[in-house]
Amino acid sequence: MKTSHRKKIKLALRYIAVVALTILFLFPIYWLFMISFKTANEIYAYPPVWWPETLQLSNYRVLFEDGDAATVGNSLIVAGVSTIFAMILGTICAYSLARFKTGGEHLANWIISQRMIPPIAIVFPVFLLYVWFGMVDTYFGLILLYTAFNLPYVIWMMRGYIMDIPISLEQAALVDGYTRWQVVWKVVFPMCRAGLFATAIFTFVFAWNDFIFALVLTRTDVATYTVQVTHYFGGQSNFWGKISAMSVLGTLPIFFIVAFMQKYLVRGISLGAVKG
Amino acid sequence: MHAVKGVDLEIPKGEFTVLVGQSGCGKSTLLRTIAGLEEIDEGSIEIDGEVVNDVAPKDRDIAMVFQNYALYPYMTVFDNIAFGLRARKTPKVEIEEKVAEASRMLSIDHLLERYPRQLSGGQLQRVAIGRAIVRQARIYLFDEPLSNLDAQLRDEMRGEIKRLHRELGKTMIYVTHDQIEAMTMADRIVLLRDGKIEQQGSPLDLYERPATKYVAGFLGSPSMNFIDGMVTENKVTINNSNHSLDIPEQIKNKLTSHANKAIIVGIRPEHFSRADIANHQQYSKLSVNIELVQPTGSRSYVTFRLGQNPAVAELRPQDLLGHNTTIELSVDMSRVIYIDPITEMTI
Repeated sequence: MKTSHRKKIKLALRYIAVVALTILFLFPIYWLFMISFKTANEIYAYPPVWWPETLQLSNYRVLFEDGDAATVGNSLIVAGVSTIFAMILGTICAYSLARFKTGGEHLANWIISQRMIPPIAIVFPVFLLYVWFGMVDTYFGLILLYTAFNLPYVIWMMRGYIMDIPISLEQAALVDGYTRWQVVWKVVFPMCRAGLFATAIFTFVFAWNDFIFALVLTRTDVATYTVQVTHYFGGQSNFWGKISAMSVLGTLPIFFIVAFMQKYLVRGISLGAVKG
Repeated sequence: MHAVKGVDLEIPKGEFTVLVGQSGCGKSTLLRTIAGLEEIDEGSIEIDGEVVNDVAPKDRDIAMVFQNYALYPYMTVFDNIAFGLRARKTPKVEIEEKVAEASRMLSIDHLLERYPRQLSGGQLQRVAIGRAIVRQARIYLFDEPLSNLDAQLRDEMRGEIKRLHRELGKTMIYVTHDQIEAMTMADRIVLLRDGKIEQQGSPLDLYERPATKYVAGFLGSPSMNFIDGMVTENKVTINNSNHSLDIPEQIKNKLTSHANKAIIVGIRPEHFSRADIANHQQYSKLSVNIELVQPTGSRSYVTFRLGQNPAVAELRPQDLLGHNTTIELSVDMSRVIYIDPITEMTI
């Protein structure tokens, strides 16, 4: 009897901890959403307004009318395209490193070391380079940069996933009549599907959340939402309504992606954890 | 560091050739070079008279069965078997026919819609074999296909593969470390050691006329007993004991060069029998102390000592009735082999 009693207490404690952590993590998001629906008065009200009288969308309307919401579109384009490029190039590189041991351990280690460069250290040299080539404030410029910056991550992750695939699967396909490219497409890609999705999601999020490169390398045409939000911090006052509405808009795509890809994300991360 | 160092091998068409040897002897590497999955530094590989060194695996017209089955977990059994046919753009109707036939031959036709994770080890191996035979290639390569199966399944699959060979009549090259598989399945055995061929020939050839001590000790279970002795006049005296073995007439001249020299005598467990019931033409008697008896039901293995060497004799269970500590054994000297201790070659 005593053990079941102890078990119940442990279970209760666990539930309490889970609830507490959930509140801790979700509260900022909840508050953010709430602010975006409030009027200016409600935002500054004390005691705080936990739920606005009406879920009014004027903050959002302003963003769309002013054309600021288009920056979310820019983010989508830039992050999306760079992710696709990085995944395709990176996976092919990873295959070469994994199966042909191109460059040996040195190349592999050098590649991952590139990921560790602090962006702020190279952002100004890159800016100067971009000015020289006239790539500032262009889609091409930003996509190129995100692709290059994410490539090491993709290569490193996919190399691990590919090395986990038993090589006999590829050898069987080679003997059965497939070329190496076909083997990559028909055997390697399906086998590391979970890894592909997980890596793609993280790559997308890295590019999506980037601030410093977007700030320095864009002006008006290609400003991403991360840069746009900072415009609402005025000298005398901050437009919290706009800030929060823009932030929500900027977070929504990620919500959807992760919600749909949740299955692959969990599998991909845990697979990655149990290997060398 | 070379896995295979200088192998000259000819494999006749339609034969079942087994490459056998310990782990690391280079047999899998050799097989993979034939498949084209591994490159060779020197020499050439010819299939049907055509040099294939630079020919891609997919163009060599070979099929391969892997140790870990190498089945695609995201495809059904049908798709797995059809995989190779699809690579060659075989028409759909033909694919269905061939897969049906191959799966019927291997008794897996009821599993075609299942996924690999739903199958047992034996079934998985059959699917892997099915994938190979459905292609009707000219050479079939097997890389230790039965190593991952339990003993009973292995026995069953050995017969299946041999039956398959009889039905298809194709050239099959089979790699294993298991000498029982080699003995029971091969038309020809190629015994490899450290990247070189130790001996090749029919199973019984290698069993009864091994060229070296290594071959003699490798084939046969329990393995051959090696007894250190000395050649004197008409006998071999066993070191550190009172025992001696009579050398049969016809062998005497073979051993003249070893008179008064050390020698190793190789006696297989089945060459021993109980002395009083033996009717060998040439036999020597030994009285030995029984150290251990291991009954298997049909046979009993008796461990004893000859000099410093431990030895195992294979007797019938009834031969041991009434004997607890000592037993009189006789040795069939006509089948014993003699090995030079220095060169380790048989005489």
